[in-house]
Amino acid sequence: MLSLSDVHAYYGKSHILHGVSLEVGPGEVVGLLGRNGVGKSTTLKSVMGLAQPARGHVTFEGRNITGLAPHHLARLGIAWVPEDRRIFRLLTVLENLRTGLDRAGLDDRRRQKLLDKVYGAFPLLRERRHQAGGTLSGGEQQMLAIARAMMLEPKIILLDEPTEGLMPRMVSQIRDIIGVLHDEGVAILLVEQNVPLTLAVSARIYIMEKGVVRHHAPAADLRTDPAMIHQYLGV
Amino acid sequence: MSVGFEQILVQTVNGLVNGMILALVASGLTLIFGIMDVVNFAHGDLVMLGGFVGASTMATTGNFWLALLVAAVVVAVFGAALQISTLRPLLGRDPLTTILATFGVSLVLQKYALWQWGPSARNLQEPITGRFDLFYLQYPWYRVATAVLASAMIGALWLFLKRGTYGIWIRATTQDRIMAAAMGIPVPWVHTSVFAIGAAMAAASGVLFGPLGGVTQTMGSDFTLRAFIVVVVGGMGNLGGSILASIFISLLEAYASLFVSPAQAVIVSFVALILTLLFRPTGLFVPTPK
Repeated sequence: MLSLSDVHAYYGKSHILHGVSLEVGPGEVVGLLGRNGVGKSTTLKSVMGLAQPARGHVTFEGRNITGLAPHHLARLGIAWVPEDRRIFRLLTVLENLRTGLDRAGLDDRRRQKLLDKVYGAFPLLRERRHQAGGTLSGGEQQMLAIARAMMLEPKIILLDEPTEGLMPRMVSQIRDIIGVLHDEGVAILLVEQNVPLTLAVSARIYIMEKGVVRHHAPAADLRTDPAMIHQYLGV
Repeated sequence: MSVGFEQILVQTVNGLVNGMILALVASGLTLIFGIMDVVNFAHGDLVMLGGFVGASTMATTGNFWLALLVAAVVVAVFGAALQISTLRPLLGRDPLTTILATFGVSLVLQKYALWQWGPSARNLQEPITGRFDLFYLQYPWYRVATAVLASAMIGALWLFLKRGTYGIWIRATTQDRIMAAAMGIPVPWVHTSVFAIGAAMAAASGVLFGPLGGVTQTMGSDFTLRAFIVVVVGGMGNLGGSILASIFISLLEAYASLFVSPAQAVIVSFVALILTLLFRPTGLFVPTPK
């Protein structure tokens, strides 16, 4: 469904991605592991049109989407949950959700249904819906960032380090919501530092090193044989 | 020289009236700065353009309110075209490029106005001619009406931003352009629309100001300068701050002109600008500096 082939990307003058190729099938949860600074976040940004690929291309559902503006990608069904969450701090929780909810071709009844679904998954967001996004705690902001992405009813979510800096209770909630999304048939490309969580929720794993994919294996293989993980991640 | 209580009250009314017209100009300027980091040096010239379009409409139809509407619509469309052709390609570049671009646009607009409408001032006939007694003078109702109208337009803008989908889009884009785009908000069009709204408000100020000061092809620079002072004093990109600062600066000038000539009274605005930049560069009316 989503495929990157030989994507090169630069950040200013530094060459970050040296030809990344990977694929995510419909409804598949795929993990992207690697140490800090190997280009995992940049890989997601290159899909989202935020780091222009200098070479190579990105296709989505058979269509070349390289260089398409982010708002077109969102309409196609690609949602991005960035590492730093990027909550609209001065907008209320509900207004944050409405940035994705208020779009053409969605009637009021469907809007309400979507909202109810997200509030069901994150009851805290309903309680705080009139509170400014910037007043939420880190974990709550992460919930909001995921909920906001769900408002787009995406076919795939690019999820960047959702558990970073969160308490264990919040981590397990994130894990639950990944399960729920997977059950609904939403594909997820998950970038994480939390290796056990990634191995548990993903079907396949790509391991990156210095801007390229070094290794690719079914998550089940890595669970039983952690040698690869040791080699590339040192954990 | 002694200043009477009545004089102070009259100057307070004058300051409030001038402040509301200035606020109408400045709120567009601050909105545009907030959302696309562009200091629009042609903003005052949009005021001027609105004044002339209004004067021409008035000359053909004789209807002031129609002139106000036509000027706002024409200048809004012009502003949208200007944003698409000149500012959209410069988005995200060095701020200097947009400063130079808008400065260039300002010069072009002034020379166009000179060519099209000539060097002499146009006076618009005020639509409300009544006066009322304010202590020692006959105060025109029209001046009060401009303040009320300007407040109404700013109030409408406020409601537009606070309620409804487009307001959310504008505020989200102002806070984080990239994340807004990733949520499917058509950011380039939000930028264009905001520029058009700012241009319409500038044009409306030009028409409202017409009967008070006349419309000349050089009036824009004065508006740009004053609106710029207000936007800095109020906190760049802060709408509420700009409105308060407009009133604050206009009152200061009005009181100062009790003691010195109105031309010299402008000095207090510059002093306020310099003091703000020295001691509170984020703006006087920003509750917590970011």
